Parts: sequence; C-alpha cells; structure tokens
Amino acid sequence: MTTVALHHGFIILPHLWLIPLLPFAGFLINGILGARLPKWLVSTVALLAPAGSFALVAVAALGVRGGAALPYAEATGTNWIDAGMLHVDFSLVLDQLSLIMLLVITGVGFLIHVYSVGYMSHDRGYWRYFSYLNLFLFFMTVLVLAGNVLLMFVGWEGVGLASYLLIGFWYQKTVAADAGKKAFIVNRIGDFGFLIGIFLLLGQFGTLQMSEIAAKLAANPAWTGGVLTTICLCLLVGATGKSAQLPLYVWLPDAMEGPTPVSALIHAATMVTAGVYMIARTHFLFDRSPLALLVVAIVGAATALFAATIGMVQTDIKRVLAYSTVSQLGYMFLACGVAAYSAGIFHLMTHAFFKGLLFLAAGSVIHGLGGEQDMRRMGGLWKKMPVTFWTMTAAVLAIAGVFPFAGFFSKDAILMAAFTQGTAGGKVFWFVGLFTALLTSFYMFRLWYLTFLGKPRSPELHAHESPWSMLGPLVILALLSLGGGWIGAGRFSAFLAPVTGMKAVEAVSTNLEWTLSGLAVAAAVLGWLVAHMLYRRNEGREPLATAPGYTVLAHKYWVDELYDAVIVKPLLMVSRFVLEWVVEFAILGGAAWLLGGIMTFSGAILQKWQSGNLRSYAAWLAAGAAVLLLFALASWNGMLTHVGMHIGNMHIKWAGH
Amino acid sequence: MIPISWYLLLSAVLFCLGMVGFLIKRNLITVFMSIELMLNGVNLSFVTFAHMWHNVQGQIFVFFVMVVAAAEAAVGLAIIIAIFRARGTLAVDRIDLMKL
Repeated sequence: MTTVALHHGFIILPHLWLIPLLPFAGFLINGILGARLPKWLVSTVALLAPAGSFALVAVAALGVRGGAALPYAEATGTNWIDAGMLHVDFSLVLDQLSLIMLLVITGVGFLIHVYSVGYMSHDRGYWRYFSYLNLFLFFMTVLVLAGNVLLMFVGWEGVGLASYLLIGFWYQKTVAADAGKKAFIVNRIGDFGFLIGIFLLLGQFGTLQMSEIAAKLAANPAWTGGVLTTICLCLLVGATGKSAQLPLYVWLPDAMEGPTPVSALIHAATMVTAGVYMIARTHFLFDRSPLALLVVAIVGAATALFAATIGMVQTDIKRVLAYSTVSQLGYMFLACGVAAYSAGIFHLMTHAFFKGLLFLAAGSVIHGLGGEQDMRRMGGLWKKMPVTFWTMTAAVLAIAGVFPFAGFFSKDAILMAAFTQGTAGGKVFWFVGLFTALLTSFYMFRLWYLTFLGKPRSPELHAHESPWSMLGPLVILALLSLGGGWIGAGRFSAFLAPVTGMKAVEAVSTNLEWTLSGLAVAAAVLGWLVAHMLYRRNEGREPLATAPGYTVLAHKYWVDELYDAVIVKPLLMVSRFVLEWVVEFAILGGAAWLLGGIMTFSGAILQKWQSGNLRSYAAWLAAGAAVLLLFALASWNGMLTHVGMHIGNMHIKWAGH
Repeated sequence: MIPISWYLLLSAVLFCLGMVGFLIKRNLITVFMSIELMLNGVNLSFVTFAHMWHNVQGQIFVFFVMVVAAAEAAVGLAIIIAIFRARGTLAVDRIDLMKL
C-alpha cells in the first residue's frame, strides 16, 4: 500500500497494478486448470477476481474522496520499449476519469459476473466463459489505467480479443463464429486508424505519454488544426470501430450471438464505451481541432438517429437493445463533439447502469423462456417474472429519460450542452438528439409492451422467474438506474473538471433549462404514448408493417447488403484472384512447371545418351578414359613445368643397363 | 638389347587394337576377345615398367589382372551362351532390351 500523507492524515491508495492483475490471475487459473476444477471453485475464483478489483477501486475512491492528490501516476520499474527517442513504460495513472471508469467497469463487471453464475450454470464451457470474462476485465482495466497511448492500445486490442472470444463463445453455431469474425475484422479497420493516429502522435510529440502530450500542447496554445485534425480524425476512426458508430457499427448487432451477460458487460456497459473514453482522455487534442470535434458530433448525432430508427422495428429482443446501444453511444459521441466530455462520461456511466440492466433483464427473460428471443412470441410475462418486470421497467424509464431516473439527467446534460454550444450546428444536434429521445422512448416501450404486457402468446414455453443469483444484480442495477443520476451533471462535471476541463457554459437562464428538460421529458412521454397506442393490445402483429418506410427499416437500410456488395464481395474476389491465379497458378504452379520443365528438357537430352547400344557405351567409356588421360597428362606436365622440368627433357633409360 | 620404349609401343598398339576391335566389331565373342587384347596390352606395360624400375609390384599386378580376366572370361562366356540360347544371335546391336 502506498501512503500519501496529506493534511487530512493518511490517505491510502492501493497499488494500481493489482487492479488489472487480479482478473488476469483469475483468467490464468480458470483458463489453465478450469476444466479440471469443480464448478464451485471456478465460480469462486471467477468472482473473487472482479470483487478484489472492485474492492481496490473502492479503496482508491475513498482515498480520492479523502483528498489524495490526483492524478496519481504509478510507474512500474521497467521500461517496455527503449528505442532511440521512443520510451514507453507500463505506467498506470489514476485520475478522476479513470476512477469513474474503473468504478463502472469493476462494479458493473462484478454484478454481471454474479449474474453469469446463474445464467451460464448449465453450460459445458462454464470455466472457459469465466476465464474469458476475467481476461476482458484485465484488458479493460489496463485500457482505462494506461498512462500512455501505446499501453492503452494494448488494452484496446485485448478487449477486442476478449470480445471476439465471447461473441463466438458458442462456436459450434456458425452464426456465432461468423459474428465473432465480423466484430474482429470491423474492429481491425478502426484499430488501423487508431494505430496511424499513434504514429502521428509519436512523430509530432516524440512521446506517447498522455500527460507529456498535454503539457506540450499547453505550452503551445496557438497550435490548432492541421496535423492535430488528422490525428484526431485517425483516433476517431478507431473510436467509431470500438464504439460501433457510423460507418463501422455493423458488428455490434451481430455480436448479440454471444451469451447475454457478455452483451450486457462488453457490448453495452463497458467495452463499447472505450471510444468515448478515448476521446475524453485525449480531449486536449480534440479541443485544438474544431473540425474534428464537428465530425465527432456529426458522427454521434447521425448514429444516434440512424440506429434508433432501425431499433424501432426489430423483433429480436437483444437486437432492439443492440441498436439502442449504438444509438446511446451516438449520444455520448455527440456530447464529446460539442466538447461536453463530462456529460458524455456521465451518460456513459448511467448508460452502463440501465443498459446493463436492460440486457440482464432481457437475459432473464430469455433464460426463463428457454432461449426464446423473439418478442412476437413473448407477452404477458409480468405475472410470471415480477422481479424481472419491475427492474426492466426501471431501466426502460431510465433510458427513455423519464424524471427522476438516471437517463434523464445524463441525456438532459448532453442535450443542454448541444443547445448551449452557441452555434447553429449545436441547435441542429440538439434537435436530432431530442428526436432520437422520442424514438428511444418509443422503441423501448414497444419492447416493454411486447415482452411483458398483454396476453402470453407462447404459453407452451412455461416462463419461470430466474434464480436469485441473477435477480440480485438486476435489483442493484435497478436501484442505480433509479438513483444514479442524482449525482447531478453539475457535480459530476465539477469532479471531472481537472481531467476533461470545465466547459465554458454561457449563462443560461433557469427558464431555458426548465424548458429544455420539459421538452426532453415531453419527447419521452410522447414516445410512450405512441407505443401505448400501437402495442397496448399486443396481438403479436406488427402494426407498423404497412407504414411507409417499414421495409427499409426492417432491412436495416440494407447496410449489411451494401457492405457485402461494395466491400466484402470485391475483397473476396480480389483475394480469390490473388490466391488462385497469382499464388496458386503463377507462383506455385509456375515454380513447379519450371522445375519440371528443366528436368523434362534435360532428361530428353540425356536420354539420347542412354541408347542401350553396347558399342556406344563403350565409345563413351573410351572417350571418358581419353579425357581423363589427357587431363592427367596436362596436369602432370603443368606440375613438372612448375618444378622447372619438362616432360620432353625426361630421359627414359634402362635403369639396369 | 631392345629399348624399353618398343615394349611400351607394342603395349599401346595392342591396347588400341583391342579398343578399336571393341568399338567396331559386332560379334559378342569378338568383342570379348578384344577386351582380352586390351587387358594383355596393359599387362605388357605393367611388366615393362616393373622391369624398368626393378619393382616387383608391377608383376604382381599382372597376376591379379590374369586372375580377374580368367574369372571374367568364365562368367562372360557363360553369359554369352545364355544370351545366344535366349536370343539366337550374338550381334551386340540387337542385344538392346535394356533400352527404354
């Protein structure tokens, strides 16, 4: 334990490296020995790791509350890379931003681990599941704690790996394996942008330590735009991949093939928010590039609206939530784009609560129905699954932005920040956000009506309530969804101000504030009213099916088909061409043909030699002997010349006469 | 006294006669006899040099060559008889079944 003496007394901050290391130990133990360990031991190890990390983070939070000096950097002895001007170490940094992220990751992560014990209890790959989940926590905490961009990239890639492993967890199913591959490949495109951004950072600043980059920028206040814009846009490409924004969002809906707790933890609460975290973490770069910020805001607003419209017509309960996640991540990007980073992180936190809850509750429904995910076959579940129903209701109200649930505060903060940005663009973003809030409310209440109300449409499924290991996390997350927003955007921003900076908010009249909040709530209520009118009777038929544009939405704007035709198919064709014609035919075939040709040709010539004619053999033999003789004579002659004699001078004489 | 070079010359002539016979004759028995001629040509040069250098090794070599030639003649003649029985001819140009 490191002790920091302050005037308050002794403030204790834990060793930061323990936070990622505990889940890693869990991963190693379960990953190597899990198959041979009894189930209760696997569960114990798997739960102790995140619990320990959460306890450490809680200690750190208490230390920060007690007044520990932040940012608190912890260098870990050795350097990682020492090459010329490049120095990269393993330093971990705790500041307000990483503390919030850690609390969310380890807290929600622990709850989802507990939930998984119930949810995955019948799965044969129980130990494998938990080792992957612990591995994810390891990389995610590394990502958040990293003091330099390269270490962050390690965590970034690592969570991508864990995501891939968990999406394809049921690898026997082709769709799951394909979805894992899709997620990995699409993320690779984003990571490529991130990597180029890292190279540019290194080229411009000569260091990857984020504090040093920030200091160099601060020392040069006139430096804006130019290469900084390029760097920011490259980082943004990385963020759009990881956080499933336009145009790289396509992997997230497919990622729902993984186990539902994974969707809750990785594809809703934590990993997909890494892009938002990264932008907030490198906000000192984005602050210097108005163009990049504008692009971030446009991407965010467009994604929020786009995904929400698709979410309106999905029939798979997890797909609705997936598109909802994409849409909510769009909100966070929108917040970052109007430089309201703390509002974005605030929404990230509340979103982790209510979206994690939504997924877990959906998982509880799926579990209770024996794997059924189609909402058209649900209905009337509120009697059978009361706890799931009430917790889900809290989450729906929270995401819809109904006062006083958590989503209201964070969404309000984002809309407010957009509206008060002071540009015409800000007003547009605000309106898009408001309209998306209406859509969000609509599709969430649609899900709520279809799943829980009305008459059961599939009584043969024998719905039953889930065990308490699953309901416990639901209740805790429901309480957080209810009360998590009461921290208040103002206090939250003030807490984060040392990291993300305090946005200069123009003086806003209380009236405007109330009006905006009222409008947001009105949008939520309107969305509920529409859903109520359409789905109250809940007959299992889609009342929107005849509406104009329904086909477009039901086919998700044909984006997958478009990507397939424009990118995947041509790429496959080129790959096939390269494989079959360049590699197989030209290189391998050519080499084989050439070698074979040389042999055939020389064989055809040498074959003549092998005439089978005894006298020709004899002639060759004689010729060979003659050549050998000549050769021997010549060299003997040369040797004699060398020692000063010549064969012509040699007198052969009778020795005895 | 006959100079030593004459012996060597005779030896070379014998060898060359044998070689030419080996190359141009078609009858297997004649070819065989040509080989014997070459061997004896070599034998003569061995003996000549042995006498010239007062070294007995050359003569020992001659005995070895004679032994091997005798064995070779026995085996070779047996093969020739076998071939004649099988093919009815001793023309070397027509004994070419080993050719592809």
